[in-house]
Order: sequence, then structure tokens, then C-alpha cells
Amino acid sequence: MSELKVTGVVQSRREFLRNFLRGVLLVGLAGMGARVMLGRRCQSAGDFDRQKLCKGCPDVAFCPSAVLSVGRKVWQLDPSKCTQCGRCATHCVLQSSAVKCVHRPAQCGYCRLCFGFFQPGATTLNSAAENQICPTGAIRRKFIEEPYYEYTIDESLCIGCGRCVKGCSAFGNGSLVLQVRHDRCVNCNECSIARDCPSDAFRQIPATTPYRLKAGTESSAS
Amino acid sequence: MMRTVALLFYLLMPVLTVLGENRFPQPQFESGYSMPAISVPAPRVASWELLDVLVLGGALSLAAWLILKKRSRRGVFLLTVFSLLYFGFWRKGCVCSIGGIQNVAAWLSGNEAVLPLSVAAFFILPLVFALFFGRVFCAAVCPLGAIQEMMILFPKRLPRPVSLALGMVPVVYLGLAVLLAATGSAFIICRHDPFVPIFRLGGELSVLLAGVFLLLVGIVVARPFCRFLCPYGVLLNWASRLSKWHATITPDECVKCRLCERACPFDAIRVPVASLVSESRGIGVRRMKWLLLLLVFLTGIGLWTGSRLEGVLAPINSKVKLDQVLRSNHPAVEKKYALELEAFRSGGRNPQVLRAEAEAVRRQFRVGGACLGGFLGFVFGMSMVGVSIRRSRDAYEPDRGECLSCARCFRSCPKEQKRLKP
Ligand code: SF4
Ligand code: SF4
Ligand code: SF4
Ligand code: SF4
Repeated sequence: MSELKVTGVVQSRREFLRNFLRGVLLVGLAGMGARVMLGRRCQSAGDFDRQKLCKGCPDVAFCPSAVLSVGRKVWQLDPSKCTQCGRCATHCVLQSSAVKCVHRPAQCGYCRLCFGFFQPGATTLNSAAENQICPTGAIRRKFIEEPYYEYTIDESLCIGCGRCVKGCSAFGNGSLVLQVRHDRCVNCNECSIARDCPSDAFRQIPATTPYRLKAGTESSAS
Repeated sequence: MMRTVALLFYLLMPVLTVLGENRFPQPQFESGYSMPAISVPAPRVASWELLDVLVLGGALSLAAWLILKKRSRRGVFLLTVFSLLYFGFWRKGCVCSIGGIQNVAAWLSGNEAVLPLSVAAFFILPLVFALFFGRVFCAAVCPLGAIQEMMILFPKRLPRPVSLALGMVPVVYLGLAVLLAATGSAFIICRHDPFVPIFRLGGELSVLLAGVFLLLVGIVVARPFCRFLCPYGVLLNWASRLSKWHATITPDECVKCRLCERACPFDAIRVPVASLVSESRGIGVRRMKWLLLLLVFLTGIGLWTGSRLEGVLAPINSKVKLDQVLRSNHPAVEKKYALELEAFRSGGRNPQVLRAEAEAVRRQFRVGGACLGGFLGFVFGMSMVGVSIRRSRDAYEPDRGECLSCARCFRSCPKEQKRLKP
């Protein structure tokens, strides 16, 4: 009889402790959730084109457009830091890297002798494969008018090796840059290129402005 | 002419790469050519994030209902298949609750300024559900658990000491992952996630092979990753021990028929133990004293060892590593890190600044390492205390921590059979 009573006391004491600890943990987790909610920073301010809903609310807690995407980040590399080491082509978790070469026509000189297109030792300035710097022939060269040529990147062929980027930044206008292409990138929690980038060029930047197409700036997606 | 250009190219490359842009003026086109716009595709996952969190919440609620109310293994299994397809192959396994530990650690330590809301939800929700209903997340929602669930064909029992010892591995993994994430060094859980390469149908070969290996082991040792590796499983295990409700083997009262004894592929069913009258109070108290002493001792050992781990752990941080390489002056080392060194030099960064930054990281590792060691010592000690305290139990019950709430054992109970076909 008395033994039963003791067991009963122990049991209820244990029950109390469990309830107490559970309560503490629940409060902790709820507090964490609340901090995350309240600590949100609006990243769409000034980005009215994309976020049609954005009225420039002073307090992000009232933001109607981005309940969950606030605070969301995506991986991107900063072209001004990138040294075109070649790891972008090999270190992405995807079979064909999510990093591709992006051509910025507004920066391009439309050069006849393009250092992003031609191999340094090229003998003639035509599109023969042995003249091209790109290992996969992903760059298209098209005559526009004397003496200008237009260059375009075929992203399905580009492997993101950055050789063209290196050539163009060394001798040309630097109109070619490497960028994480967000239609391909699966946005890994830890980008496996970022981990091994020798130039520390990768950062997580707001998903509303997911590109860095000018040095030091972020561009919004269309 | 081309030869000269080529020569110049190689000579000037390093200098010019730094200098950059706009050597040639913008052309003035006469043929009416207009420049194409740059395409900037939006992140494809952005719009799915809200849906993911809703599906997660829905799946957790459904799992809790299926296990605790409906008691349906079939339902749990179907939900597992759905989770495997949705969170695994469709969402490609990222970001998951397990990896979320690191984001939370980096955020709490101040290393990461924001914790995205969806990551927070993925970390918090399964724990909250575990506090109420047990590990329903593991039962039917986690994609890593789901893929292993499909492989349980001929589960064998493991000797209890073996599974207890192996059960310490996840705790070490958890501690290391938190330390490395909090110091901004690495996300080792993501790096070594064995099943994500399978979901993505690609990835690092060694990790992919590890995943295949674990799946093969999983044919005889049920869910090896969940039981002997998963760091989130440790947290869920602790939360589940405090759970308000939990799956029970029998819907009624246990008649101790022993029919369920072997039904659990995870060895989580505990047999009844007679209450202890044999031990006198004095012996019990003395044993408790020794155990507490052992606990303090183990924690102390852990603290001491942990603070000494800095030399091994800190070089995982890229700043510390680079600082080491810069100071090594060893040709073999410099060759191995040639790309890093080139980038460092061409970036014009100051070695002194790097040294200071690396030193700060090292300091974090000294403090964090001690915490890690102390934590591990404490957990080891606690598990020893747990093993040596014998509690009376008068029914077959699942171990609240280890039970994955898979609902397999329900049908082995004759009372359940009666409930289904009265
Ligand atoms: S890994 Fe870094 S340095 Fe190398 S190409 Fe990519 S961004 Fe550039
Ligand atoms: S050279 Fe490399 S980065 Fe440039 S277009 Fe070709 S594959 Fe892409
Ligand atoms: S986040 Fe993942 S998919 Fe995207 S570039 Fe990095 S490794 Fe590739
Ligand atoms: S133990 Fe870990 S991997 Fe296994 S189901 Fe639970 S959370 Fe997923």
C-alpha cells in the first residue's frame, strides 16, 4: 500500500517536471518564432516595379506582399571579387553548374577582336572552334555593321568556367561576368561553390534583388 | 601581330584583371540595331516557400492524427511516400529541418543577421509537434527518414550496448555542427547529407556513395541514419520524451502477451520491469551519489578536452586556414592553395587584418570547443545515469525518445485486432 503511494508521488512529480520543461521549451520556441517575425527587414522597399503591392510601409510587420519571403536570401557572386578560378564550373551540386556567363550589352564594345571570344593565339578572326576561348563554343558572334560584332551566350552550353570573363576583363570592357542563374540554382542551404570560392565572392543576398550585374550593386529579377 | 597580342595578354593579365572596365567606347550603331536586354530569371523557389511551410504543417497534423487517433500504419505509409516525393524529389531536400539547426545556430550566435522565416518554421514546427505528439515528423514527414523507410526489408535487432554506444554519434555530430555553424566556418550537415544527392540525382560522388551504402545497410539495420547519425533526431528525441501525448502500442490495457515484443524494427519497445523492492534505500542513495560524481567528472573532462580542440577544428574555417597557409612559407602548401593565395594577393587584402580576423575565430573556437566538450561529457554522463536507473514499468511501452511513431507495432497487439474486428 505505502509502496503504491510512493510510486504515485514519484509519478506525479515526474509528470510535473515534464509539464514544466515542455512549457519552457514551448515558450522558447515561440519566442524564437516571434523574434524572427519581428526582426524581419523589408527588402522590397524601393523595388516597386517588382513588388507591385509594396506601398513602402514603414513597418514590415504590415507588409502584405511578402509574408514568408521576407528575409529570404539567395546565393550570388560578386563579379568584382571573382578571379575566374574555374571552380564555379566544377563545384556546383548540379550536373551543369548553375553559374553561367552573363553578357551585359550596355558595357560591351562590340569589338571585332573580342578577348572573351578569341583564343589569345588565334590565327584568324573567324568562328572556327580552335580560335575560340570557350571550351564548349557557347558564345555566338554575329556581324552587326562595320566594325561591330554582337556576342551572345548560349546558356545551355555554357559551363560557367569563366575563361571568357577572364579574357574580357583583362583586355576588354569587362562586359562578361559570371552569375548564379536563379532559374537553375536550387539555392542550397550552403552553396557548395561558396564554400570553396578562393576569392570569397559568394554572398547570400535578398531574393528580391538576386543579381549583381554592376560592381557593388544588386539587380532585381524580371 | 597575334603573337604580340598573345604575349601581352599573358604578361598583363594579372594587372589588368584588377583594373577592369570600359576600355572601349560604346559603339554608335547606324543600322538601327538595338541592344538586347539582359535576362534575369527570378529565383524559382521563391513562390513555393509559403506552400512548403503549409504542406509541412499539414503533413505534421495529418501524421499526428493518423498515428494517435486513426492508428493506421497504411495511412502513415502513404503519407511517407508523399513526403518522399514532395520534400525529397520535388523540393530536392533543401532546406530541411536537419540543416536548419545550423541556420539557427549561426543566427543565435550573431554570425548570420537574418533567419529566413521558412527556415525558422522548418526548424520549429517538428519540435513543437514532438513536444505534443512524439516524433510524428520522423514517422511520415522527413524525406530522409522516408527514403530509408522504403528499405526496411529484413530488420535485425542490435544488441542494446551497441545501439546505446552508436546512439552517442548523433550527439557528437550535433555538437560539432552547432559549433562550426556558430563560428561561421562550415555547414557540415549540408555538406554530408547522404540522401540529398539521390534526391537531386547528382552531387559529390563520395557523399552519393555514402547515401547508397546507408540505404543498403538500412535493409538489415532499420533507418541507420535516423538512429545513429541524425543530429535533429537528437533534439526530437529529447522533445519527444516530454511529449504530452504519445503513440501507444495497445489501444487499451496491455495484457503482456509479448506479441508486440519483436514488432519494432528500431528496437524501441521496452519490456515490463517489476517494481524494485529488492534494493534498500541506502544503496540507492549511494549509487546516485556516485553517478552524480561521475557526471561532474565527465563534464569536467569534456570541458578540458574541448578547449584543446581548437588546433584541429579551427582550420576548417577558411580565414584561419588562409592565415596558416600565408604563414607556412612551405612550397607544397603554397602549391596546394595556389588559387586561394592568388585571389588573396590580387584582392589587395591585408595579411595583418586577416591575422586579426583569424585570431578572433580561434578565440571563438577555444570557448566554443570547451562548451562542446562540456556538453558532450554531460550528455554521456546523463545517458549512463539513465542506463543505471531502473524504473518500474508494468506494460509494453515504446521508448518515448527512440520511438519514431511509425505505427508498425499497433497491429501486433491482440487488443488492436479486436478493436479493428470486434
Ligand atoms: S569560385 Fe569564386 S573566384 Fe572562382 S570563378 Fe567562381 S566566383 Fe569566381
Ligand atoms: S568560356 Fe566558360 S564561362 Fe564563358 S561562355 Fe564559355 S563555358 Fe561559359
Ligand atoms: S547554391 Fe547550389 S545550385 Fe546554386 S550555385 Fe551554389 S551549389 Fe550551385
Ligand atoms: S531521425 Fe532525422 S533523418 Fe530520421 S526521420 Fe527523424 S529527422 Fe529525419
